[in-house]
Amino acid sequence: MCLFQSVMNYFPEEVLEHVFDFLTSHRDRNAVSLVCKSWYSVERFSREKVFIGNCYAVDPERLIARFPRVRSLTLKGKPHFADFNLVPHDWGGYVYPWIEAMAKNGINLEELRLKRMVVSDESLELLAKSFPNFKSLVLVSCDGFSTDGLAAIASNCRFLRELDLQENEVDDRKGQWLSCFPDTCTSLVSLNFACLKGEASVAALERLVARCRNLRSLRLNHAVPLDTLQKILVQAPQLNDLGTGTFVHDPDSDAYCKLKNAIKKCKSIRSLSGFLDVNTRCLPAVYPICTNLTSLNLSYAPGIYSSELIKLICHCKKLERLWILDTIGDKGLDVVASTCKELQELRVFPSDLYGVGNAAVTEEGLVAVSAGCPKLNSLLYFCQQMTNAALITVAKNCPNFIRFRLCTLDPTIPDAVTNQPLDEGFGAIVQSCKGLKRLSVSGLLTDQVFLYIGMYAEQLEMLSIAFAGDSDKGMLYVLNGCKKLKKLEIRDSPFGNVALLADVGKYETMRSLWMSSCEVTFGACKTLAEKMPRLNVEIINEGEQIEASPDDRHRVEKMYLYRTLVGPRRDAPDFVWTL
Amino acid sequence: MSPPLLGVEGQDQCNVSLMASSASVDTVSQNGLGLKERNYLGLSDCSSVDSSGVSSVPEENKNNLNLKATELRLGLPGSQSPERDPDFSPLSSVKLDEKQLFPLVPSKDGICLLSPKTVVSGNKRGFADTVDGFLESKSTIFTEGNWIFNAAGSDTGSKLAGNMLSHRSSGTQSTIKTDVPAKASQECDNKINGSNTNSAPAAKAQVVGWPPIRSFRKNTLASTSKNNDEVDGKPGPGTLFVKVSMDGAPYLRKVDLKTYSTYQELSSALEKMFSCFIIGQCGSEGAPSRETLSESKLKDLIHGSEYVLTYEDKDGDWMLVGDVPWEMFIASCKRLKIMKGSDAIGLAPRAVEKSKVRN
Repeated sequence: MCLFQSVMNYFPEEVLEHVFDFLTSHRDRNAVSLVCKSWYSVERFSREKVFIGNCYAVDPERLIARFPRVRSLTLKGKPHFADFNLVPHDWGGYVYPWIEAMAKNGINLEELRLKRMVVSDESLELLAKSFPNFKSLVLVSCDGFSTDGLAAIASNCRFLRELDLQENEVDDRKGQWLSCFPDTCTSLVSLNFACLKGEASVAALERLVARCRNLRSLRLNHAVPLDTLQKILVQAPQLNDLGTGTFVHDPDSDAYCKLKNAIKKCKSIRSLSGFLDVNTRCLPAVYPICTNLTSLNLSYAPGIYSSELIKLICHCKKLERLWILDTIGDKGLDVVASTCKELQELRVFPSDLYGVGNAAVTEEGLVAVSAGCPKLNSLLYFCQQMTNAALITVAKNCPNFIRFRLCTLDPTIPDAVTNQPLDEGFGAIVQSCKGLKRLSVSGLLTDQVFLYIGMYAEQLEMLSIAFAGDSDKGMLYVLNGCKKLKKLEIRDSPFGNVALLADVGKYETMRSLWMSSCEVTFGACKTLAEKMPRLNVEIINEGEQIEASPDDRHRVEKMYLYRTLVGPRRDAPDFVWTL
Repeated sequence: MSPPLLGVEGQDQCNVSLMASSASVDTVSQNGLGLKERNYLGLSDCSSVDSSGVSSVPEENKNNLNLKATELRLGLPGSQSPERDPDFSPLSSVKLDEKQLFPLVPSKDGICLLSPKTVVSGNKRGFADTVDGFLESKSTIFTEGNWIFNAAGSDTGSKLAGNMLSHRSSGTQSTIKTDVPAKASQECDNKINGSNTNSAPAAKAQVVGWPPIRSFRKNTLASTSKNNDEVDGKPGPGTLFVKVSMDGAPYLRKVDLKTYSTYQELSSALEKMFSCFIIGQCGSEGAPSRETLSESKLKDLIHGSEYVLTYEDKDGDWMLVGDVPWEMFIASCKRLKIMKGSDAIGLAPRAVEKSKVRN
């Protein structure tokens, strides 16, 4: 040991740094920094990419102090259930303090990736003006900004390579933000503005595409018409990833004919999405590129009927990732199973959110895909019904699942054939898929399923529970069994104080715990907060009178707790109490 | 096979039960899903009481409507009403074959595995009784085998049929547990509203945040569907309901054109829907009696001589179905009409010919 240490000390720091360069995963880097003081020191000065899974676990000052050379920052803000309207709008997750601190401290920021954060136009302006080498902005499921902020980015980031907006709520001021890219901007590699609702300046877009010869990924919003698409494709046949705008035209027209020819020349397209507005008789134009597609996202195209979907998919033999609506039906999934042998990720979203109509998939579609696509490792499946037998079959067919998220449209529906809970089915999944990292369960479920999860899901990092379980035992099985659990989110389940308080130390090994509409009481949360000073235990009270001292026996509607190095946050709104 | 199920689920049962007679098997079966009775966490246990007749006839259970259970009422579906038969014996047969489906490691020592769960009936009287029992039971949750026998308000008839977990344990523990009241009422809402689809989608109370889809996606899909649909007056995205009338039928029907992709599918669906009227009509005209009318004859009647399927397009003209590609038809069809051959003169040459032959 001593010999080893002295040998290691011989290595000049540059060598260590060089070795560490090969470590790309932040987990590896975190591990390396724990070895000894000198490694910690070398590592921290050489780390360029920092990932912060909960923006309130640390603060900007600490980030800058430890990693002064950071160039790329990934931040996540609101809890996951915020995506489903369970978290009030102004709960928090503001990016401004981070940008401000980094600007003040001369950080050479090049890349910023944010998820579920509140991003104001001021933040974007400050970002654009403070970091001359800024290259890449990726915003996923964020809100708080408008196209004015985008204009600031476009105008000021001279070396911008990537502007990727995914599913954000953007206030579209119908300004000309696309025209704000100066004529000297030729560096764009990736541009995704599919989530914008308003008109885009078509002329500016065409010019931009024409001068950015390195453009590889382009996703348009629905306001971009088909003939613009055609012109763009003529300018950029080198595209790898295309998201169409509106795909509606008269299939007998010249414009459509030109489009067909333009598409044929785009031999590098591997990823296709869009089709928000679609005339299905125009779809055949994309058949020529289907043969090489590895990724296809038609989940925003409810206008494509099952038969058309099937025709399209028949061409896609190399597909590895498929996002689709349940309009495809079980029949369509059969076709997927027999055509897409390379499929790794499947997401089937519900098309019918109001309970009208019959479009849906059942367990049959899933079984078919599992049988036909042995490489399947990631699933998000919204279905009308499910059975234990089907899940057991799926588990046997596909033992490689890393992510398995099943969502029955009726949250407590039992096995469609036997009327039993779906415990056995999910039990089979966790037992068979030894590498499972993420699991969402639904349907009628008792404590038994959590026993299975605790026993078998050894690699599980994230678990989502809704309307499941019978008693505290369920939650206890999970907390005791899943050693690698990082995020646990529970809603509308009968887990209470006993489960919450059984092992308070566990929460410091996790990133966060969310419990809403469960049985935990105010008193238990207070107890927990007292015992664990390095946790923030937040109670979210919306619409209720804030009592001076609520009864300890009062049930808590929403609780979010997370480990943190920096104590209670100072930007919490009135309705959030940190105990 | 699983014991017949309690409670009723399915797309438009509420509609069907309200307007159909008890023997309207065809009106039920025309719904592509068929009837599946569901038993949620014992909420409908008391409705099982009423359907004791249903449960004893396994073959028919899929088609028999438990009309009382689907009656819209203010209370939870399991609310006791005086007429319900209190003598219904619970389905106590344990589904042992379930265990073979997935032979997991048997119960660990020291862990009290779940045993048959009894859910207190959903009736309101029971609710208050269970709350105390629930809180009480939590404090002893760790003691092995020491489950509190909670007899609060639980009837014998309220053992949860479809939720037997005793096959895993020795089966000697007859522990009873209460359901979570809050959860029960939420599921209740789902259940009530789940059967209320075609008629009033706006009335369906959605569980907040379920299904778990990003609101961005929800909003986008909603507005995209509006753009894609060309015919007005549909209840929800992705559907295209049009009226279907038939000469001589006492009432009209509605079909969702989006559920079909070919003319053949539409035509067979309409056949099924209107077959009862055709039987009736034949009977009144002195044609062969009901018993001898075979399916093929029905098909003949629709496909062949008697009836012609027409539709009214956007311009208000009555057109023969089948001339244009399916997508174009969907885009322009406003309503459908099954015309008698004799009325269809001027629309279809063969219909004209046939009527000439008959005359």
